[in-house]
Amino acid sequence: MSMELRTSPHQISERNVPTIMKHVVLSLLPVCAFSVWQYGLSALALLLTITATCLLTERLLNRSAGQASTLGDWSATITGVLLALTLPPSFPLWMGVVAGFVAIAIGKALFGGLGFNVFNPALIGRAFVQAAFPVAITTWVPAFSAQRFSEFVPTTLTAPLMMPPDVVEWVKLQAVDAFTGATPLARWKFENVIASTHDLLTGAVTASAGETSAILILVCGLYLAARKFMDWRIPVAVLASAALTAWLFQLYDPTHYPAPTFVLLSGGLMLGAVYMATDMATSPVTPLGVWIYGAVIGVVTVMIRYFGGLTEGVMYAILLGNALTPFIDLYTQPRVFGTRQQGKNK
Amino acid sequence: MKVNDLLVKDEDESEKGMSLPPGKDRSRGAGWMFPFSLFASLFSKKATFEHGIHPAYHKETGSLPIKRLPFAPRLVVPLSQHIGKPAVCCVNVGQEVLRGQVIATADGFVSLPVHAPATGVVEAIGLMPSANGKMVDAITLRVYQADGQEVRVREPRDVDAMDKKALLAAIQDTGISGLGGATFPAHVKLSVPPETKIDTMVVNGAECEPFLTCDHRIMVERTQDLIRGIRYAMKASGAPRTIIGVEDNKPDAIAAIRAALPADGTITVQALETKYPQGAEDTIIYALLGREIPAGQRPAAIGVLVNNVMTLAYLGRLLPAGEGMVERVLTVAGPAVERPGNYIVPIGTPLRFLLEQVGARSSAKEIILGGPMMGMTISSLDVPVTKGTSGVLAFAEAQLPEVTPQVYACIKCGECLNVCPKFLNPSQLGLLAAKREYEEMAERYNLDRCFECGCCSYVCPSHIPLVQQFRIAKAVNREKTAA
Repeated sequence: MSMELRTSPHQISERNVPTIMKHVVLSLLPVCAFSVWQYGLSALALLLTITATCLLTERLLNRSAGQASTLGDWSATITGVLLALTLPPSFPLWMGVVAGFVAIAIGKALFGGLGFNVFNPALIGRAFVQAAFPVAITTWVPAFSAQRFSEFVPTTLTAPLMMPPDVVEWVKLQAVDAFTGATPLARWKFENVIASTHDLLTGAVTASAGETSAILILVCGLYLAARKFMDWRIPVAVLASAALTAWLFQLYDPTHYPAPTFVLLSGGLMLGAVYMATDMATSPVTPLGVWIYGAVIGVVTVMIRYFGGLTEGVMYAILLGNALTPFIDLYTQPRVFGTRQQGKNK
Repeated sequence: MKVNDLLVKDEDESEKGMSLPPGKDRSRGAGWMFPFSLFASLFSKKATFEHGIHPAYHKETGSLPIKRLPFAPRLVVPLSQHIGKPAVCCVNVGQEVLRGQVIATADGFVSLPVHAPATGVVEAIGLMPSANGKMVDAITLRVYQADGQEVRVREPRDVDAMDKKALLAAIQDTGISGLGGATFPAHVKLSVPPETKIDTMVVNGAECEPFLTCDHRIMVERTQDLIRGIRYAMKASGAPRTIIGVEDNKPDAIAAIRAALPADGTITVQALETKYPQGAEDTIIYALLGREIPAGQRPAAIGVLVNNVMTLAYLGRLLPAGEGMVERVLTVAGPAVERPGNYIVPIGTPLRFLLEQVGARSSAKEIILGGPMMGMTISSLDVPVTKGTSGVLAFAEAQLPEVTPQVYACIKCGECLNVCPKFLNPSQLGLLAAKREYEEMAERYNLDRCFECGCCSYVCPSHIPLVQQFRIAKAVNREKTAA
């Protein structure tokens, strides 16, 4: 009789990497659906193109590295979907392909794949196209245009390596009331106009494909946190520190600085806090480190928004947080049981 | 040693029904205070430790009364079933021995005698397989199957009249080691040096390992033995008070103990949260007393002594009767066992015989000694039951978790940090182990504090064999220091 010889533990939990990643993708579906409902074909095409690019890139690099396929861990899918959600819905598809390729190839595979990457791959992809295509990434189109399900935004189908056409004329044709072509953050920064909280919560503002409805992202995040597929401490730390920083600035000069609610709900902060900063591989593991990491992201986001040349700072704040992660982990090792100072014992 | 020729009736049957029905402890909170105490209990924090896991418990055998198994035709009794020097064999091949007779004597203080688990004849003295694969010295007995198998050698004593020294010597004579699996000689543990002051004895009835329920049944069925054993241990160690910690998935055990507690209040019982590894020394002390054992030290450093319920129950049973450790209660369970339960098994019973008796299917592929979280698999069914065997689990091939689940790279989810009862960083330790930086693991990340409870491996979504790697790292480091 042959016997199995293994060392303990002989019982392991059913949780595994694909399950976690799959649930993150699932929880993103409502956000994607809302984005498609708002922006129609262009948003759908962007989502599908970028996700497909990410998967294809991952598979190709697997093959060239002589590895088994890692598509089964679902992490490339998350990268693709998240990347698409951070881009303007009018973003040319060929630029989306570039973003997706860079995200997987440079953001992840180059470091050794899932778990070894230092930076959030989706944000690496976005940072690349932000530098490469500064106009396209700040070209906004109105949501709920009448023909959104029957025609693409003209920029979407730009021929590869060509500059996208101007959309101003096209936007005028859509005749959407009160569309300004600027995000709430840009309007605040350059025109000192503050969007209403109601609009920010429900997504009735100009923004990237998946950043419009703060409340939807929050609900999806709550699901993930409740199922323990996400570390709830990170979004809480990011949002709390951002709100606190904003509140302090507002105390200092209420006429110039907006209310904390505006800071929390505008731009990509909600998506960043819930889905980007919580990327497991690029966030700290220590209990204290998690709070520090979140707090740094929150503060830096507000600082870039208020004092930087850019209107939005979430992406760079999170990338900075990612860069600090190994350092934070190193200096926040948990206190080992049994090393409490003597005399403190009950 | 005196040979008692009288037939002494085995006491196991007489003890059945000794346990009190559950629910008796109501009397404590009875009266007009009851609604208030119930209300207050909502706000009282349950005694527990931080971190840990909630595995599937599989404690179905907890409701089954202890039963006796027949004697195997041959018993294999290792000379070393404890931590310390092996016992010295004092019988010859061909010699007839009586059940309970000393067949190997203790070699010094940190050693224990071995008693014949059955009346029979010594068939061989020599190397036999042991649980960890090593060959060890053992005495093989051929059991006289026609014999009644009463304990024939006994030396009843008046324990209350003994002084500490005599008491400790008597405890050594019983051959009791830590029956929870640690196998540290009981008398050594209870010998408290004069400069050390023990203020509390913690009795470990947590039994947090899945599947195992033998401690549970002991607490329910041998409550009087347990209380008696606690009194002896308190006397031997000088501990003025005792707290019995029992996980709250065993309410009948808590009720039985509560009903048997002496009126003077020196012994109390405390419900613990059902969570693994509640029964580890560090965690149970922290749960009950809020004290941390300083890293690398023994519980005595903070005035605490920890003993397992089974150890004390056997102490309370064997000491006044003056008998030796000839059998023990253990759990036989697992999906491949047809009649799982708790059985009284003579020391030295080969696992092959044991598993046949409980109807282990021939499909059994993996046999674990102890629990599934910290127990070890064995390679041969010729391995005998020893004093430290608290459970035997059998799994069939189909029931095994995937033998090699797909291992992913560490995604740094941090779940292992959230469950490590020692507050280590298994994630970082695992990454270092992969690079074989074993010294760094010990120097910067406290590898030596790991007691291999397996929580990190259990939760790891990447299925990285963390604890397994830590064992290798520790072994390599030990070799380096030895060299």
